[in-house]
Amino acid sequence: MTQPALIATGDEIAVRFNSVTKRFGKTLALHEVSLAVKRGEFMTLLGPSGCGKTTLLNLAAGFFSPDGGEILIHSERVNDVPTYQREIGMMFQNYALFPHMTVAANVAYGLKVRHVDKPEIGRRVGEALALVKLTGMEERKPRQLSGGQQQRVALARALVINPTVLLLDEPFSALDKNLRGSMQVELREIQRKLGVTTIFVTHDQSEALSLSDRLAVMSEGRIRQLGTPQEIYRRPCERFVASFVGDANVLRGRLDRIDGTHAILAMGVVQVRVPMGSLRGAAACAPVDLYVRPEHLEIIEASGRCARSGTIVAQVYQGGHVDLFVECKDPSPERLLVRSAGHQAMTRWPIGAKVGISITGDEGVAFTTA
Amino acid sequence: MPRSTYQRLLGLFGNLAVLLILGFLVLPAAVVTIAAFNDKAILSFPPQAWSLRWFARAIEYQDFRDGFRNGLIVTLWSSTIALVVGAMFAFVLDRYTLRFKTALESVLLSPLVIPHFTVGLGFLILAAQIGWTRGYPVVIVCHVVLVLPFVLRSIYVSLRNLDQSLELAAASLGAPPLRVLLTITLPLLLPGLVSGWLFAAILSFNEFTASLFVTSQRTQTLPVAMYNYVREFADPSMAALSVMYIAGTAGLIIFANAFLGLGKVLNIEQNR
Repeated sequence: MTQPALIATGDEIAVRFNSVTKRFGKTLALHEVSLAVKRGEFMTLLGPSGCGKTTLLNLAAGFFSPDGGEILIHSERVNDVPTYQREIGMMFQNYALFPHMTVAANVAYGLKVRHVDKPEIGRRVGEALALVKLTGMEERKPRQLSGGQQQRVALARALVINPTVLLLDEPFSALDKNLRGSMQVELREIQRKLGVTTIFVTHDQSEALSLSDRLAVMSEGRIRQLGTPQEIYRRPCERFVASFVGDANVLRGRLDRIDGTHAILAMGVVQVRVPMGSLRGAAACAPVDLYVRPEHLEIIEASGRCARSGTIVAQVYQGGHVDLFVECKDPSPERLLVRSAGHQAMTRWPIGAKVGISITGDEGVAFTTA
Repeated sequence: MPRSTYQRLLGLFGNLAVLLILGFLVLPAAVVTIAAFNDKAILSFPPQAWSLRWFARAIEYQDFRDGFRNGLIVTLWSSTIALVVGAMFAFVLDRYTLRFKTALESVLLSPLVIPHFTVGLGFLILAAQIGWTRGYPVVIVCHVVLVLPFVLRSIYVSLRNLDQSLELAAASLGAPPLRVLLTITLPLLLPGLVSGWLFAAILSFNEFTASLFVTSQRTQTLPVAMYNYVREFADPSMAALSVMYIAGTAGLIIFANAFLGLGKVLNIEQNR
C-alpha cells in the first residue's frame, strides 16, 4: 500500500521535468516528457530497455543536458547546472564503488569534497554505515565485500551527503533473487525513514509494483501511464501498459453497449462488464480486446455458462498458487493463463480436461482492436 | 580414468616443446652472460678461465660512462614527454568522438610501421635544415616519436578498462572535474601510466638505429657507444655490459612489481 498521508503533505514538487526532449544522434530517446516527482515520494520509471528511463534519470543527474524542455530540482532550473553542484545521491547498476579506497573512504568521499571537518565526517560515516548495517566493515576494500554489502556501501555513500534526491539505476539487477527481495524491503525502509525523494529506474515490473509510491510506465521515449501501482495494475490505460505490467490474457470480444460508466462486452455466450475506459464513443458491435489478469479468470465445468471453452495443456505449481494453461480454439486459437490460489486446482482440472472459463468481477480492461 | 599411451606421449612432447621454446628465449642471454665472465680478451664460448675484469673495464671505459649518462638523460626526458603527450592523446581518443579519429589513431601509431632508420634519417635531415646543432633536443624528440605508440597503447588500454561510472559517481558526490581527475581517474590509471613509462624508458634506453643518425660524439647513447666500440674491439666487455643491462632492467621491473604488481603494470589484470 502507498502512504496517502505522505503524499498529501508532500504537495511540494522535488523534481520536475517539463517537456524534456533528448536525442542521441538520430534516435529520439525522450519525446517531450513531463513528470513531477513529489517531495519524499518513491517514483519508479518502468519500461523495457531503450524506453528512455535511464536517459531521464541521467538527465536528472546532469550527466548530459536535454535538447529541449527544462528540469527543475526544488524549483530551481538545473539544465545548465553541472552534476557536482546538484546535491544528488546516485546509486549505479554496478555500484561504482571506488576500488582503490576503503569502505569508509568511499562513504566519506562526498563529505570530504564538501570540506566537512574530520570529526564530523567520522561521525556521519559511522551513522551511514550503521544505517545500512555495515558497522565494522570500515577498513575493507570493495572487492572484499559481497554483492549485497557492496550495494549497502553504495547506498550509504549516496545518502551520507543528505541529497535532495536519490537516483537509483537498476540497483538490484546484479543480486540473486532472495537477496534482492530483502534488499528491496531494506531500501524502502531506509527511504521512508529518511523521507528522501527517490527516482528509481527498473525494467522489472514486480519490483516496480512492490516498491513505488507512484510509477511511470515508459516506452519509446514517452510516459505511457503515470499512477499508483494499483492504478497501473488494475486500470492500465493502453495495451502496452496492460501487457508490460503483470501477466494478462487477451480475449477477443464484441462491444454490446455502453451502460453509464461501464461497457458491456459480449464474450461468447456471456456478457462481461468492464469500466468504459478507452471504449468511450466506440460503435456498438465493434470488435474489442479484453485484457484480463490470470487471477480474474476461473476454470469451471465445460457445460457451464462460460466465456471460453478449451483444454488444460499445462500446470505449473508455484507454491502459493497454481498456473494453469488452457488452450482454446473458438472463436480464435489462444492460450490462456489462469491463476488459482491453493493447489486443489491441480487435481480438480488435470491435463487434458475439457473445461470452461469464466471471467470474475469487473476487473478487466478493454481496448478497441486497431 | 587412465590416460592412454597416446595422450601421455602427447603430454610429454608438449612439455618438451614448451621447454625448448623457453630455452631458446633465454639462450642468447645465457651465452652472453657466461661469455662476460671470460678471462680471455676475445669473445669466445665456452670460456676457459673466469674473471670479472671485463665488468671493471666496461664500467671504467669513458665512452660507456658518457653513453650511459647521455642515454639516461635522453630516456628520462623522452619517456616522460611521451607519457604526458601519450596520456593526452589517449584521453582524446577514448573520451571524444572525433571526425578524424581513425586517421589520428593511425598517424599516432605509424612509427610502428616506419622503420627506425627512416625516423632517424628524417630527423637528421630536418635538424640540419633548420640549423639545429646535434644536441639533446633532436635525440629526445626523435625518441619521443619512436616510443609514443607504445605509451599511447598502454594508457589507452587502461582507460578503456576504467569504468566511467566511477567518475560519474564521484561527480554525483559533488567532486568538480579536476578533483575527479586527481582522486579517481589518475590513481586508477597509475598502473597503466607506470607501465607505459617503463616501456618507453626501456625502449628508449635500448634504441640504436635512429640514435645512430641523430646523436653526435657528444650526445651518443650507450647502444651507439657500444656499436662504436665493437667496431674496434671484440673483447668480452660488451658481454659484461649486456649482463649489467639485463640486471638493471630486471631490477626496474621487480621494483615496479613490488609497488604495483606485475600483472597491473603489464596490464594483464583489469583494474577492478
